[in-house]
Amino acid sequence: MILDVDGVAFTYRSAPVIQDVTFDLRPKQILAILGPNGVGKTTLLKCMNAILRPKTGSIMVEELDLLTADRMEIARRMGYVPQRSEAGRLTAFDAILLGRRPHIRWDVTEADLRIVEAAIRMLRLEELALRYIDEMSGGELQKVSIARALVQEPRVLLLDEPTSSLDLRNQIDILEIVRSVVAGHDVAAVMTMHDLNMALRYADRFIFLKGGTICAAGGSEVVTAETIETVYGVPVTVEQYNGFQVVVPLTPIRD
Amino acid sequence: MHFADGVIPEEYLGYVRNKYLWILGGIVLLFFLLVVSISIGAAGVPLYDVFLSIINGTADRISALLHFTTVSPENLSRVDRIVWNIRLPQALAAIVAGIGLSIAGVAMQSILRNPLASPFTLGISNAGAFGAAVSVILLGTGQMHSSIANAVTLNNPYVTTIVAFIFCLLATAVILIISRVCGASPEVMILAGVAISSLFTAGTMFLQYFASDTQLAAVVFWTFGDVSRANWQELGLMAVVVAGAALYFVANRWNYNAIDAGDETAMGLGVNVEAIRNIGMVVAALVSAVIVSFLGVIGFVGLVCPHMVRRLIGDDQRFLIPGSCVMGGILLLASDTVARVIVAPYVLPVAVLTAFLGAPTFIYLLLRGYRR
Repeated sequence: MILDVDGVAFTYRSAPVIQDVTFDLRPKQILAILGPNGVGKTTLLKCMNAILRPKTGSIMVEELDLLTADRMEIARRMGYVPQRSEAGRLTAFDAILLGRRPHIRWDVTEADLRIVEAAIRMLRLEELALRYIDEMSGGELQKVSIARALVQEPRVLLLDEPTSSLDLRNQIDILEIVRSVVAGHDVAAVMTMHDLNMALRYADRFIFLKGGTICAAGGSEVVTAETIETVYGVPVTVEQYNGFQVVVPLTPIRD
Repeated sequence: MHFADGVIPEEYLGYVRNKYLWILGGIVLLFFLLVVSISIGAAGVPLYDVFLSIINGTADRISALLHFTTVSPENLSRVDRIVWNIRLPQALAAIVAGIGLSIAGVAMQSILRNPLASPFTLGISNAGAFGAAVSVILLGTGQMHSSIANAVTLNNPYVTTIVAFIFCLLATAVILIISRVCGASPEVMILAGVAISSLFTAGTMFLQYFASDTQLAAVVFWTFGDVSRANWQELGLMAVVVAGAALYFVANRWNYNAIDAGDETAMGLGVNVEAIRNIGMVVAALVSAVIVSFLGVIGFVGLVCPHMVRRLIGDDQRFLIPGSCVMGGILLLASDTVARVIVAPYVLPVAVLTAFLGAPTFIYLLLRGYRR
């Protein structure tokens, strides 16, 4: 196991937000956390990075207990890509170099610069390296954010809605990057997502959250019409198309 | 995960070198300006003599220090006396104050995520002015003199300085307490600052309303920031505080870069955002408090110098922090030099000139946009 989440609960001002979330993940697996807006997907992701402190439960990344670990220690194990990040007047190279922060003591070393360069090549961002990030499009900025998380050299990658507000081409680009990183570097990824079809295409494991608890969890077999209707309140049919599992909403919704 | 070694692109190294060259150029300009500033004045001293006096005088003082003696004032030449007793302390005070205000500004802009943040935003300057008013009006430390060049003196400047400093710290403490209760979010801090600022302004106005002419003049005089007030001891104290703060902010440049990328990104990169915010506020406030209480209110430098540097070399804190230091020194020293000569033989307080000189430069940089 690379990630072991056990009985995690988080309360905000004594109101429970998520309760009793338990799952684990192996290297080379991608987990999609699914569920309606406001169900606690982002909260769960932030708990897994100790940005928010869970009230109970434990989170282990390999042998490291996240709830007692130092923030720098966590940052060397977990790369976090938030939904939005601010774009200041600095180059993509420097923005990615920032990902070396957990490893930097006084100043960057040559090794840090080499790692950044390797990440840039891996994500094919060479053309953008010396462009200022405040002049970049949403898709380019998202790739820079992912590269920043990658140069942390994490064991687990956490991505909060990595494809929201991106066009189809960029969505596929980003998810292909995540898949190739996960497959090629023996790491795991956890993504919150809204697009069920993209999730089915790229993730191996699925968790449906409803009312702050896990409603269904497992492989693609848990993505059923019944589960989706329970979670989202929308009737759907799940079909096979050229060997892909696809979710088709049955709209308009009739009561 | 682990990366195979890449090759550091030459282009990037050139880009970084270029940024450092800008800062180095600024330092050279600052030193040149220092020599020019000292040579200009009622008694003109040739540039070369100033240069020699600074170099030789520094060497003499270092060797005296090593031999546990002091440089005796009788042995000083006329040039040395002008340079070392009058103009150098004033010029250095301008540089140190410029660095301090500018670095406090750049830190606050990052911490509060607000381009308008500066030592004024949090009400620190206004708190200092209120402290001076309390000292002059309530404790009776103000007095009027008849000579024109130095119209008002404070008969007990130390009490005024100390009281001003106490109120600066009080303002900082209130902001920190509020941020502890509500969480150190930029919004809370900046709104608290605005409230505190207004409160102290109202307090100053209240005191001034009941003050005598003499006291009123003394308070207003104090409020005009003036770098000629500092003697060598005060300069030394300011320099130590400013140097300590500069070192702190430079050491935290990566944390500030991370915070600039967003709180969540920063936390994901292992930065303890709340602690960095709180400590940064205290350090920035302390620097501002020391400068305001010794020299009075000097506006504009803390707000504008960081933005000038942003326009020239970008937002990367690795370059922005040292760049702002240099720019602050240049702007305040240039302003002080102009303030000394513009209506000679009268000497204006530097605070009057910073905006006159800084605002057009800043507007030019704004209009020109970012440097490519």
